[in-house]
Amino acid sequence: MTDSGFRLKGSVVTTVLLEIQTFSLDGIVFHLKEKIDQVPHFFNQAPIIVDISKMKRGVTVGEFEALIQSVSALGLGVIGWRCDPDNLPVWSASVTIPLLPASKTRPINIAPTVKEESSPDVVVKTVVEERLVPQSTKVITKPIRSGQQVYAEGDLIVLAQVSAGAEVLADGNIHVYGALRGRALAGVKGDVEARIFCKSMEAELVSIAGNFMLSDALQNIVWKDSAQVLLVDDSLEIVPL
Amino acid sequence: MNLLGDMELAKIIVVTSGKGGVGKTTSSAAIGTGIALKGHKTVIIDFDVGLRNLDLIMGCERRVVYDFVNVINKEATLSQTLIKDKRTKNLFILPASQTRDKDALTIEGVQEVLEELSKEFDYIICDSPAGIEKGAQMALYFADAAIVVTNPEVSSVRDSDRILGILQSKSKRAEDGKAPIEEHLLLTRYHPGRVASGEMLSVSDVEDILAIPLLGVIPESEAVLKASNQGTPVILDTESEAGLAYMDAVDRLMGEERPLRFLEIQKKGFIKRLLGG
Repeated sequence: MTDSGFRLKGSVVTTVLLEIQTFSLDGIVFHLKEKIDQVPHFFNQAPIIVDISKMKRGVTVGEFEALIQSVSALGLGVIGWRCDPDNLPVWSASVTIPLLPASKTRPINIAPTVKEESSPDVVVKTVVEERLVPQSTKVITKPIRSGQQVYAEGDLIVLAQVSAGAEVLADGNIHVYGALRGRALAGVKGDVEARIFCKSMEAELVSIAGNFMLSDALQNIVWKDSAQVLLVDDSLEIVPL
Repeated sequence: MNLLGDMELAKIIVVTSGKGGVGKTTSSAAIGTGIALKGHKTVIIDFDVGLRNLDLIMGCERRVVYDFVNVINKEATLSQTLIKDKRTKNLFILPASQTRDKDALTIEGVQEVLEELSKEFDYIICDSPAGIEKGAQMALYFADAAIVVTNPEVSSVRDSDRILGILQSKSKRAEDGKAPIEEHLLLTRYHPGRVASGEMLSVSDVEDILAIPLLGVIPESEAVLKASNQGTPVILDTESEAGLAYMDAVDRLMGEERPLRFLEIQKKGFIKRLLGG
């Protein structure tokens, strides 16, 4: 137990890297907006890092701050910036957003297969991998007791209760045909389409793709009744069944 | 002539709870005595190495010479160590060691002792220590049935839930993929008045949370404390509600049907109060 009231922990967050190649503020804003309009859901309040290390010429503090402002105005959350450590601008200490250490990744040179007619000023890199998820369903017939943890790579079906202090996790959906009194975390690998279904909602915590709700909040919505939990526009919805 | 193959092995029953102070030893003593009263040869083993209590509850503390750990270490034989109960026929006690700790118990050692006892006894009652660590796991590992002793309050119920999970995952039956341990809920220190006022969980609340069959409900009773201090299992006190409730529980354990009683608030009449009933 600590008296400090907090805990320091390491955390890894998937972010978007905005790598500036040539600085033209209007061009960047225009093309960036175009990208955002294609998948607005993905970019909404997405954490972003502005990287100026690939730029040939130096950037003035005025230009840099204007860029940050424009990017923020587009609905992105700038969490830091990066530049070539051997080429640090003189104003680097005066900027309020944190300067992040340079990426350690090697530059990967992949020959472009299709040349685009106009080379864009902005390259948006996402660090999201696509991978094959096995869709097996796990069925549990006995109560899941306090202190037990059950994880399913696909969907999880529990034909009994999940006790307080127990935890059920699934990459896919979770069905509990009994009282859900413990914690249920669906879509733990980021599937925002995952849902939780239960016969009696009495959970300590429900979570879908990392968006969670505690029992205090749940009690005001559905309690001791059948319910489903789903993610709508990044917020959890608890709906009676 | 080898008759061992045809003989039925003893039924091993662990009395466990997770939480301490809920009445495991009291219940082990009462139920062990109750089974012996029914004519079955019974031994109660105290698994609480280092915190020996069963001998006090059974009133045989002055007759302890050797203990469970001595038997495991082959420093004494079982017949030297077992204490025959003076009041109840067919009843024996295997006391725990007070000077050792739980590490003195080994799976192989416990198995050997249980196998030897199995040849001679019909029922082996394992009085588990509190907690979920080695001592408790050792007590439940070889069990065929478990009596989960629970008080009608949330922390005890939570701990019972935890121990039920361990019974289903860390017992020999679970590891061998055999039929799971038979589970029985024994609700002790039940106070109907405090249930009515909402201070305690009701029988149905606890049944709902733990979802295992109810073996019995033992009402909170001064007779229990008195019996413990006198070293007499409370089941022998046929005047007390707690004693009668334990006898009902033993009957149910033997497969008989008994209605639940002592769940209502007792309104004491003037004469009853006068007589101290």
